[in-house]
Order: sequence, then C-alpha cells, then structure tokens
Amino acid sequence: MEKQVLLDHGSGGRATHELIQKVFAPLLGNPYLEAMNDSAVMDLPGQRLALTTDSYVVDPLIFPGGDIGSLAVHGTINDLAMSGARPLYLTAGFILEEGLEVALLESIVRSMAEAAREAGVAVVAGDTKVVPRGKADKLFINTAGVGIVPAGVSVGGEKAQPGDAVLINGTIGDHGTAVLCTREGLSMEGDIRSDSAPLHTLTSALLEACPRVHVLRDPTRGGVATTLNEIARQSRVGIRLFEEALPIRPDVAGACEILGLDPLYMANEGKVLVVLPREDAEKALTLMRRHALGREAALIGEVIAEDPGRVVLKTRIGGHRIVDMLRGEPLPRIC
Amino acid sequence: MALKYIDEFRDGQLARRLLTQLKKRCRDLEPMRFMEICGTHTVAIFRSGLRPLFPPTVELVSGPGCPVCVTAGEDIDKAVWFASQPGVVTATFGDLLRVPGSRTSLAQERARGADVRMVYSATDAVELARQNPDRQVVFIGIGFETTAPTVAAAIVMADRLGLENFSVFSIHKVLPPAMEALLSSGDLHLDGFLCPGHVSTIIGAKAYEDVVRRYGMPCVVTGFEPLDILQGLLMLVEQHASRDARVEIQYRRGVTWEGNTAAQELMARVFRPADAVWRGLGFIAGSGLVLRDDWARFDAAKRFSVPSLGVREDPACRCGDVLRGALRPTSCPLFRKVCTPQNPKGPCMVSSEGTCGAYFKYHHDGPDPDVEEKY
Repeated sequence: MEKQVLLDHGSGGRATHELIQKVFAPLLGNPYLEAMNDSAVMDLPGQRLALTTDSYVVDPLIFPGGDIGSLAVHGTINDLAMSGARPLYLTAGFILEEGLEVALLESIVRSMAEAAREAGVAVVAGDTKVVPRGKADKLFINTAGVGIVPAGVSVGGEKAQPGDAVLINGTIGDHGTAVLCTREGLSMEGDIRSDSAPLHTLTSALLEACPRVHVLRDPTRGGVATTLNEIARQSRVGIRLFEEALPIRPDVAGACEILGLDPLYMANEGKVLVVLPREDAEKALTLMRRHALGREAALIGEVIAEDPGRVVLKTRIGGHRIVDMLRGEPLPRIC
Repeated sequence: MALKYIDEFRDGQLARRLLTQLKKRCRDLEPMRFMEICGTHTVAIFRSGLRPLFPPTVELVSGPGCPVCVTAGEDIDKAVWFASQPGVVTATFGDLLRVPGSRTSLAQERARGADVRMVYSATDAVELARQNPDRQVVFIGIGFETTAPTVAAAIVMADRLGLENFSVFSIHKVLPPAMEALLSSGDLHLDGFLCPGHVSTIIGAKAYEDVVRRYGMPCVVTGFEPLDILQGLLMLVEQHASRDARVEIQYRRGVTWEGNTAAQELMARVFRPADAVWRGLGFIAGSGLVLRDDWARFDAAKRFSVPSLGVREDPACRCGDVLRGALRPTSCPLFRKVCTPQNPKGPCMVSSEGTCGAYFKYHHDGPDPDVEEKY
C-alpha cells in the first residue's frame, strides 16, 4: 500500500477497501465492523438496534436535485434502511471553514431540516467546529443514525444465493453524473439531476411484502458495479447482469459516453439493489413500481453459482465481460 | 451537448447478423491478424463483449493508440518535475495523474502538497492561469491529433488574453508515423489496420494513404460502436481476401477524406512536427508536436529549465512489447501478479485506454476476485 493517503483511497472502490483492511479493521475490528454492512445491527434487551455513520464532502455543495444537507440526511437514513431498520434519530456534526457565508449555511441546514421532516426522523444532537480558512473546503457534514430493526428481518451482503434475482428501483448513475457535470461546469443537454432520496419507506414496504429478501444495498460511491462486487464477494457467488435490462437515462448515458465513463460506476443516492429469491421478484417489482421512488424498477441480473466473487455482464450483442470493482476515481479519457 | 442514436449502433439482432456474415466470409480464409490502433477500440471491443464472438481465424491485436501509454518515461518524469516546482500549478487530463514515473506520479506529488489540477480541457487550464495571476500554470499537453487542436486553441486564447503565466509542456504525438514505424520493423505480420475514428475526424482518411501505398496494408477507418467495429472488420477481411489494399471509411457519420481542415490549420499554426520517443517503439522521426518558434513564450520546455532526468524504467515491465502488439498482456510475467491497476508497473495498466488495464478489467479470466479476501 502507498505511504500516503491518495484521493483514490476515498473513491469507495478497491483502494478504499484496502485502506479499511490494512488500517482500520486490524485496529478497530470486531464482529459488527467485520460484517461490512451499511449499518451495524446490535441485539439489545428487547430490541435490535441499527447504528451507522457517514461523512459528506461533496463539491459543489448545491447540485441539481439536492445539496450537501439533504444528502447528509438521505445517505444516513439509507444506510439504516439497508439493514432493514426503521430510522429514528440522527445526529449531525459540522466542520465549517472560516469565511463560509452564514446565509449559505442556513440554506443547507434548512434543506437538512426539510429532508429530516419529510423522512420522519429527528436530528437530536449536533456539534459544530470551525477551522481556519484553507483547512477545510467550505463545509463538511457528518451524520450518524439509529434505527430499530423489526423482528424477523435479516438482510446482509453475505446472504445472496444462486437462483436469486437482482433488482434495482430505478435509473443508474444519476447522482454521480449530475454532481460531476455541475462541478466541472459541463453543460449537457437534458435535465440530469441527483436521485438523492430517503429509501426507508420503500425498503420497509418491500420487507413486509417479501420477507425473504436476502440483500439490500445502496449503490453509492463506486456505483452499481462496485456494490454488486461487494455482494458477490461477501456471499461467494457470481452475479450476472443483463446490459439490455439496465435502466439508464439517455442524458446520463450520453454524458458518460462523451466523458468515457461508465454509468455502472457512477454514484447513486436514491437507489437500492435488492437480491431476493427469483420467485418473489415479480411481486417485489410490482410493489416497487407503485412507490414514488420505484417507478422504473427493473430486474437487472441474477445470482449464479459460477464465477464466485465476480460480476459478469451479458452484453446487448450477446457477448460477455467482467464488471470489476471500481479502482480509483473514474477519470475521463484522453484521445 | 446531446448524444442520440447510440443504441441503434448496439442493436443485438443486427450485430448477430453481421457476425454471421463475418464468420461466413472468413470460413475458407487463412488466419488473419489485424491491429486496432486505438485504445478506445480496445476498450469498446471488451465493453461490448465482442472478443469471444469473433471467428477463430480473426485475430485482433491492440496497438499503440493510447497517448498516456506511449509517453516515454522521461516525459512522465518531466511532467512530475513541473509539479515539484514552487509556485507552479500543474494542470492535466485525469488519465495522466496515476501514471508512475521513475520515482513518483502526479497523484503522489499531489498527496505531498503539490498543486496538481485535473482539467477537462486545455481552456480550463487557461482559466486557471487567469484566476491565479501570481502563479505559473503549466498544462501538460498530451494526446493525439484529437486533442492537439484543442490545446492549440487554448494557446491562441492565452495569447489573446495576454497571459504571461500560462505555458504548455507538449508531449503530443501523431499517429500515422507510428503506424509506419510498426510496419517497417517487419516482425508483426499484420494483415490490416482498424484505424481510429476520433483521430480520423481531424486528420481525415487521406492520412493513411502512405501506409497503403508503401506497405500495401488495408486500412479501414472505423467507429466505436459494436456494429461499427463488426462492419469495419468485415471490410478489412474483404480487402485482405481480394488483395485490394486501400483506405476505406466505415465511420462515415464522423469522418471525411479531408478531415477537419480548420482544426488541421489551427494545429499547424501553433505546432510543428518534431522527432519523438515513444515507449515501446523508440525514436520516430516527425511523430511529435512541439510549439512553433513564434509561440515559444507559451512553451513550458523553454520557460523553465527542465533538467535532464535519469530515468529508471522497470526493466521487467513489458509495456513496450504490448504497445507494439508483440505481446498479449496476459503473457506478461508481471500481469495481474505484481502489476495491477492498484499498483501499476507500467502505463498500459493505468490509463483507461490502456491495453493491460482493459484486459485486467474486462477479460473473463481477468481480475482475481480474491474470494477469500476479507475487507
């Protein structure tokens, strides 16, 4: 491993895993952490508690479809939702750079409050630190969240089984592409917006109707490709994706095409990958499509016994290729 | 910007029909060996899963068409040197950031505090110079004829703005001389070139006339969608079978015979051809682009006194052979064992257009999934 932390170590892909494996896991490791799920689930007397934390460092702070405030609420709610939990309380920590406009801070906190209210969670504790100009980039937010996991719910990245279907609740790569285009001032035709949204009502409805759901995972940094690789490794199964079935907005596909990027690796903030027995797939799809956040839900792949630890894509023209985990930040090409 | 009508060129049914046609045409022919020059083709072929579908008699080898990959070790080291100079902002395209020089990469220098910026176009670097009047902005100009006109435009723009703190370190290269260099080495036994679509939109199909005239080598300028590639291959097979080598354009929706003359003129106004060293191919006369004397004030190689750097290329790295099409990445002893995208030993593993990176990422016997790995 490198002697210094590189930006790649924060990409959510291979390098991030390496950093966790080499630095954090050996020193902080315990069974909860080693489960490598979006939240830790702890058995307390009479309750199962889910606990998670996430930091938000997005540039720009405001982007089409959201801002760092709503994102900090949705992201942590979603991490709880992915363990099957009903989110209850959040905490929020702010690191502010000297010189930040108070009006900007206010608008972001207002958006946070709105997002929390809409999602039915309360921000119950907070912290603020200010660092000298140049020691942080405007504003960083950390949120932590707790929730309750209903009895009988048991989902996890290690539970995928051959024969399962892989579903997603809508289009792939919207958030990452929207943020990239805004940050770099690339004006693309169309209306590419972040999909940032709280998924807990969708997941709890799904778990109620289809209690045999094996895995719920939100494909954030590293995108659908990286998240499915994590599931394939944790469950020691192969995953086969169908290119034809992947829901991708034409403007997102176009922007990625021009930049030489792959929507499968672009971040999502309002998407959930659902792995469940094939025979429950239709029921789950019907239910998801009735929910506001699942109108374009699709069956995108299947879990297979071959190729354990790998994700394979069956292409439109009938060929196949490997879909690897993200290695390093996706970089546009030169020609 | 808009991009429509892409799916039409990825139609599964049409692709299968073309594949059948290709197989039928190849049935009674001896094995053929074609080179896709351009890294974008290499990646497109993998991404669409075409490779396993080709007839067994058609072999496609990847060529030197990846700008980052063919950049000589010394030029990479020089780019990194700029980043270590006080008061300098180094700007370049993302692909170059992770390429290892003898000692470090631009990404590693950035982690150590150097001001290295990834930009999407050379004009973004001009903008950086405008915003930072007290600092020198050096743009590392890399890329083939597709990119060079945009860098020329940025230099003209910097001139118009009267910027004193913008310069370009040009390691641009042009493709046709490299194709001739490959053929003159004589050990590749190629039967034709799948010529790059993007580069050809600028230089025009006429740029390959010499390759055909001097070496009798079929050339088909081809687009990057699965149907383009299949049709391009079919045209190559046809030329080869009928022993009628010429320049043909498959990619008619993008490429003309003359190319983009405005871009050619702009390029010629700012740059002049120069000799250049290519990784893997060595010295090739007239294959590089440097700033003309009347633009010398924007030439970073002249504004700074760049020391000559002792280059240490890993002697075990076989990128050079991969770039010549003489070695398949999977046959390199370093491939996947010590050389991975995470810890690249050579540039072909780093660039998103690099042959080794493409094999690592997409080839079915590709990445080691480390099923036992715990993270």
